[in-house]
Amino acid sequence: MPEPLLEVDNLSVSYLTDAADIGAVDRVSLTVHAGEFLGIVGESGCGKSTLVFAIAQLLTPPAEITSGRVVFKGQDLVQLTDGELRHVRWRDYSVVMQSAMNALNPMKSIAAQFKDTMRAHGRISADAIRTRSTEVLHLVGIDAAHLDSYPHQLSGGMRQRAMIAMALLFTPQLVIMDEPTSALDVVAQRSLMTQIKELQQQFGFAVIFVTHDMSVVAHYSDRVMVMYAGQVAEIGATSSIFERPLHPYSKGLLDAFPSVHGPRRALTGIPGSPPDLGRPPSGCRFHPRCSEAMAQCTTSEPDLYIVGETEVRCLLYAERLRDAV
Amino acid sequence: MSLPASAVPDGEGALLHTAGLTRHFRLGGLLSRRMLHAVDDLDLTIHEREIVALVGESGSGKTTVARLLAMIYPPTRGAIFYRGRSVHKLRSRKDVLWYRGEVPMVFQDPYSAMNPVFRVSHGVMRNLKLHRPELDRAQRREEAERVFDIVGLNPAGDMLRKFPYEMSGGQRQRVGFAQALAVQPKLILADEPVSMLDVSIRAGILNMMASLRAEEGASILYITHDIASARYVADRIIVMYAGHAVEQGPTDVVLSRPKHPYTQLLLSAVPDPREKAVPVSADSGEPPRVIDPGEGCRFRQRCPYAIDKCAQMTPALRPMGPAHDAACHVAAVEPAGADGKPAATAVAGSPAAP
Repeated sequence: MPEPLLEVDNLSVSYLTDAADIGAVDRVSLTVHAGEFLGIVGESGCGKSTLVFAIAQLLTPPAEITSGRVVFKGQDLVQLTDGELRHVRWRDYSVVMQSAMNALNPMKSIAAQFKDTMRAHGRISADAIRTRSTEVLHLVGIDAAHLDSYPHQLSGGMRQRAMIAMALLFTPQLVIMDEPTSALDVVAQRSLMTQIKELQQQFGFAVIFVTHDMSVVAHYSDRVMVMYAGQVAEIGATSSIFERPLHPYSKGLLDAFPSVHGPRRALTGIPGSPPDLGRPPSGCRFHPRCSEAMAQCTTSEPDLYIVGETEVRCLLYAERLRDAV
Repeated sequence: MSLPASAVPDGEGALLHTAGLTRHFRLGGLLSRRMLHAVDDLDLTIHEREIVALVGESGSGKTTVARLLAMIYPPTRGAIFYRGRSVHKLRSRKDVLWYRGEVPMVFQDPYSAMNPVFRVSHGVMRNLKLHRPELDRAQRREEAERVFDIVGLNPAGDMLRKFPYEMSGGQRQRVGFAQALAVQPKLILADEPVSMLDVSIRAGILNMMASLRAEEGASILYITHDIASARYVADRIIVMYAGHAVEQGPTDVVLSRPKHPYTQLLLSAVPDPREKAVPVSADSGEPPRVIDPGEGCRFRQRCPYAIDKCAQMTPALRPMGPAHDAACHVAAVEPAGADGKPAATAVAGSPAAP
């Protein structure tokens, strides 16, 4: 196995407030190999955005990495200074934010924002910048005429595409995307996903794709990580998670959306809401909402158990493993 | 434009119907003559105890329809009839209050629809005071608790005392429905009520909408871009594209035998992990901003089946089957007794499956 591109090891992030420290990310470990597409799925407030911000070293106080390492191309990003990070960030990995309307500067044309980005990484001639900007816009299917447009002149889908174009300016090896499609409707969403996948195959970069809608990544990701209350609930190959979800939470997420095919089924969703991370429930953090909860779920905290090639944090599998021994 | 043959003539017996409802917006300055056609010639019928889904992409005009029905905008042309009365002829404060009470709206964004400095009881109590003056203070409190219970916010007493920031998005959206319910509505205009919510709690809101119809007898106009959730709750579906209704009919019929190429596109775009991925050419097309459109079908630039006629003449809704209409020159009328054929073959002269 070649060295992974990104190795996150026991990463914890807390929001340090006067009242309490809120553990938004709790001992998360994951690896991403070159060219891999990892989907991170979870509800709002599960810590998925905090996790990717921590990986990208974009956290601002009161959020703080309390432990763990983020090794990217052999370098621990957590230890780098801002000055050192500036060389890596955007050149080697880039981030596409959830809301392109807020992430793009409304006062500057697309061309000017691309120029800023490129100038931040070295002396590049105006011609070269223009050429590269035109190139990346073409990649995402936007006419070069829009280089001189301002963000408000573009539709939601085009703004997201422009953000992706900006993320590709330096052809990074890792692109982190935080819910890039959640503001789009289904047709625009599908066309954006298809495009991301095509670009990924063309340039071979790895993708970390964050979403709350599991169905979005079903056909595009290689592996899926399901997050709940700051922890990894389940991580494994996309096909096995969609065909045989192990964690009751993954099952719930999969059953939460209606289908246009097949018979109409009653949906239950997942009752209740995600816990307050300042006071996470005892034992398994999912037990108050879990349909398969057992007595010991309220007291003992489950580990990540390896079942086949999937890792799952659920006591149901601890039992089975013990029985098997 | 005349009513399609299969619609109820003159909306007779309907709770609400519109005739040629049109809304244009002027773009640019005072002297500008450029007009954005948000909604054109919409004939819409909603019956009692019916859930109708209005489906379309962003920019298709569906929110404008809701705002027209809620009397937020006056129509440019056309009329809205509620129980046979023309809504825009309602003049007295009493009549307008009556209509607004019977037809309340639930907004898309539960985070910005509530005043953060008031407890969530504020909106409900205010509605009760305004629309049901016969209730005294204690009865209002009782009624507020009752509607909170119905929408699944319990214990209602505690929930009423919360501030919006103390609630999750799903809970806030339930407050939105409780506010609407407090006025004993006949028709709830729900504008994308689940699109801002997590997938895991959408099902709860959709189920609640179904039970509001079953138990409170309210009709719902469910506005959404998600055709799968429309299928889940709606009796009838109206598909909008660029300001026009392009297809309408019973949910099962429209979804199993979609006639309009746009409906087919929408359906194919719904992600479904239970199905195999279909490789598609990225249709990066987007709904046009309909500024001073001429004649012609507004979908023709994105349509794989467009013919010359599509650029010359705007297709009107025409019957495709029982209670099923589509506005397409190319779509073939369902032969009598036909059963569920694949969508692609429904379009005559289609070169290949879309």
